[in-house]
Amino acid sequence: MAAGDRRFILHFDWTLFILVLALAGIGLVSVISASYGGRKIIDPLVIRQLIWIAAGTAALLVAVLVDYRALQAYAYPFYVLVIGLLIAVMVAGHATGGSRRWINLGAFHLEPSELAKLAVVLVMVRYLREEPPKGGWGLQHLIVPFVLLGIPAALVLKQPDLGTGLVLVLITITLVFVAGLNWRTMLVLAVAGMLAAPLSWHYLKPYQRQRLVSFINPQADPLGSGYHIIQSEIAIGAGGPFGKGFLKGTQARLNFLPEQSTDFIFAVFAEEFGLAGALLLLALYASVIARGAWIARHARDRFGALLAVGLTAIVFWQVAVNIGMATGMLPVVGITLPLVSYGGSSLIAMMAAMGILISINTRRYLF
Amino acid sequence: MAKFHIPKSNRPVPLLEPRIVTLTVLMFMILGVVSIRLYYLQALHHQENVELADRNRIRLQRVPAPRGLVFDRNHRPLVDTRPSFDAQIVPEDSDNLSLTIERLARYTGADQIADKISDADEAGRPPYEPITVAERLGWQQVVALEAHQLDLPGVSLQITPARHYLYGQLAAHLLGYVGEVTMSDLKAHDDYHMGDEIGKFGLERVWESFLRGDAGGQEIEVDAVGRRLRVLKEIADTPGESIVMTIDLNLQQAAEQAMAGKNGAFVALDPRNGDVLAMVSHPAFDPDIFGGGVKASAWKELMTDPNHPLQNRVIQGIYPPGSTFKIVDSIAGLQEGTLKPDTTYTCPGGMWFGGREYHCWRKQGHGTIELHDAIVRSCDVYFYNVGQKLGVDRIAKWSNQMGLGLKTGIDLDHENPGTIPSSAWKQKRFHERWYPAETLSVAIGQGYVATTPLQMAQVAAQVANGGIRYKPQFVKYVEGLDGNIAKSYSPVIENRIKIDPDALEDVKDAMADVVNGAGGTAHKAHLDDVVVCGKTGTAQVVGDKGPSGEDETEDKTPEQFKDHAWFIAFAPKDHPTIAAACIIEHGGHGGSASAPIIHDVFQRYFQLNPPPPKPEIARVLEDNSQ
Repeated sequence: MAAGDRRFILHFDWTLFILVLALAGIGLVSVISASYGGRKIIDPLVIRQLIWIAAGTAALLVAVLVDYRALQAYAYPFYVLVIGLLIAVMVAGHATGGSRRWINLGAFHLEPSELAKLAVVLVMVRYLREEPPKGGWGLQHLIVPFVLLGIPAALVLKQPDLGTGLVLVLITITLVFVAGLNWRTMLVLAVAGMLAAPLSWHYLKPYQRQRLVSFINPQADPLGSGYHIIQSEIAIGAGGPFGKGFLKGTQARLNFLPEQSTDFIFAVFAEEFGLAGALLLLALYASVIARGAWIARHARDRFGALLAVGLTAIVFWQVAVNIGMATGMLPVVGITLPLVSYGGSSLIAMMAAMGILISINTRRYLF
Repeated sequence: MAKFHIPKSNRPVPLLEPRIVTLTVLMFMILGVVSIRLYYLQALHHQENVELADRNRIRLQRVPAPRGLVFDRNHRPLVDTRPSFDAQIVPEDSDNLSLTIERLARYTGADQIADKISDADEAGRPPYEPITVAERLGWQQVVALEAHQLDLPGVSLQITPARHYLYGQLAAHLLGYVGEVTMSDLKAHDDYHMGDEIGKFGLERVWESFLRGDAGGQEIEVDAVGRRLRVLKEIADTPGESIVMTIDLNLQQAAEQAMAGKNGAFVALDPRNGDVLAMVSHPAFDPDIFGGGVKASAWKELMTDPNHPLQNRVIQGIYPPGSTFKIVDSIAGLQEGTLKPDTTYTCPGGMWFGGREYHCWRKQGHGTIELHDAIVRSCDVYFYNVGQKLGVDRIAKWSNQMGLGLKTGIDLDHENPGTIPSSAWKQKRFHERWYPAETLSVAIGQGYVATTPLQMAQVAAQVANGGIRYKPQFVKYVEGLDGNIAKSYSPVIENRIKIDPDALEDVKDAMADVVNGAGGTAHKAHLDDVVVCGKTGTAQVVGDKGPSGEDETEDKTPEQFKDHAWFIAFAPKDHPTIAAACIIEHGGHGGSASAPIIHDVFQRYFQLNPPPPKPEIARVLEDNSQ
């Protein structure tokens, strides 16, 4: 074990670890800006975020120490636990703003949707770790992944949490694609998806439809549902090339931005640090993704490779959907910016995921 | 694909390799699209979004500029601007709004506070924007509000400049008044905002652009709900420029005093340049009541008053000029050559024409007389003959030459041009030809003839200055903020008649004898040291009651049927410096009702502007120098 420890430190993925801490640091700065009301710089929210970062770092290190291969055994039990939590949310969840997303644990509000992403990645990878038959996975092999995705997705959509539901679907598609779905099936699914899209309109809640309408034409109701998109675009645009400067963003300080410490934190950051800051943030994410892809390609086993792809996909899709939404390219769906948005569940789950990624990289030398 | 990379033996997952690479490329492409979108928003549309963000957070609080002052010709203030205390309320800051409103009403006596709030909200008031609910609070009300500040959450006192008319009703129609902008004002001028003050009437309206100045303001930062956080920028206001009028406060006061308790109009001009020296229209109104939101009851009272106090009778009141019109007949006859100073007609007390008798006011007649006596004694029959000789169209021509039937062009709204009938006018108006008998009525200023007091003052001024018609002006100059003249108004000549000086002198002599000679009808206008020239007139109120009367004996007609009394005059006879017209509604006779008013004003005028001590010597010196 002693030799192992030394090798462990030697092969610890410092690059990814530093990238994660840098993102968490940007998150902390942005939470300070988002919670700044003109007087006190250190809001209780900032202290809590600091605690979450510390807890997240601990979770990351624990995850690194765990041999990721052991996770194969825990995939289904963890999945069942998360499903149980999602059901608990429905029954006894804490509701804010028309949706029921949290379980009150006294000091901590647990958001099981954040864990659902990890759970879905684990079970998918657990299922897809088998080598596909010649010619790739076909439609008939997708029944199990469809059910594995369907249960948590349905529960999350019921909250309703459109954003997490969307990310679960995107992660599953990504994994199935990488795991070797054959092209014919992909074509069939694409056509089916296009046909189903208009049908899904029927199942959307009125406010969700409203958001879609606002996305297509925000000025249709600038003070209503179009408000979020408009204010967010204004904040980002007003940042300009180099930003207004730390704590100088007016859109956030004067509360014109909605959900400014969580879903719209990107707008807060982009207003104060401009295009330069926003591109730096994107570069950090791109580095995490590149690193994740590299780890996937160099993993020792198929489970590790797919797991790395799944965890990277969580980061990527959340970034794409969140920033796409903040910049007005996608309709408003509640989703956090990984490692940056305020929130314990999201931050700890995401840092644990990054720990698993580091673990995959580190263990490539250990066995 | 895989063989390009690391040797297959080192690859535990060769099957996954191509798709991971494809996926990575796809992800980077999507991040690239996001970057382009950021470049679009933050680089290409930066300024636009900065403006939108500022519009979100910055609210402009306008602070009206103090309005310019108004002075008389000797720079004595007539109108100024004083601080007014107004109560404002921010409904969002009051936790129990109805209780606050109830208390505010108790302390200020203001009514309809709740209505004002709901009106403002309906007009789209943003949250946390204060509403002015009570204006021009008295000292006691201010003290009550200060003392109970804690019971009145959301209520604050605001100090705004308010218009103040130093002499109340003095020259009210000339000075006019200000009021809050209406929706139509806002549509007409895009640089006005809700709640701004604007000149509504008189000088205040016409000289609005000079008096108004430029509002200052504060840029206030508000948050998303509209709460005011801090002042970002203060913009200083530019006060309005001042107006120096041509009227003389002392003379105006004398005229107001002389007119006290009477309905009618008085106007005095300087015949040398058209300056208005004094202008009175009675009954008047108090211009102060319009500032700070006119009370509905006061407004209704003004609008329904049968005496029309808002009407400026000097330019809007049209009256038959009666015998004062004989001056116009005389000029017309002399100019056309149908009348000579020595033309004689015989007055037996009336005249038969077209099968009916037209009376002279003097039943016993005036005998055979020349023009001089005809003017002095105001013989109707003499002027029936003059008019008959001229015909209506030539009377109309010379009336128009002297400005009758035309707007004088004075810079006031709603001027009435009056009516000067002619055969063409009648054809157009009634589709009927002119009957010669109608000319008789016209000749004595009755029938269709209608003139304003200002027009008749111009007639007097033209006789005084030898036939020059000036545009009447009541503003001498605009005084800039540095105290220098920003814009001055020089005399404007509208028309010039070449009158034979000898003939004109005969008319002047006759007008002097109206006031000073034996048998004259206006002895009450006589001044000891100045020769006043004048002509009386009586405007019939009730239909065809008979010819105009110049009789000094008291009329027993009930008040509302009494005739309007005219007097037009100028002085001194040589080198006149003041000309005036006065009408007293239902005053009876010009000589008894109007002449004393002109007497009082002229007396005051010559106290203030003493005539050269010995005009005879001055004239001799002038003659010698030629």
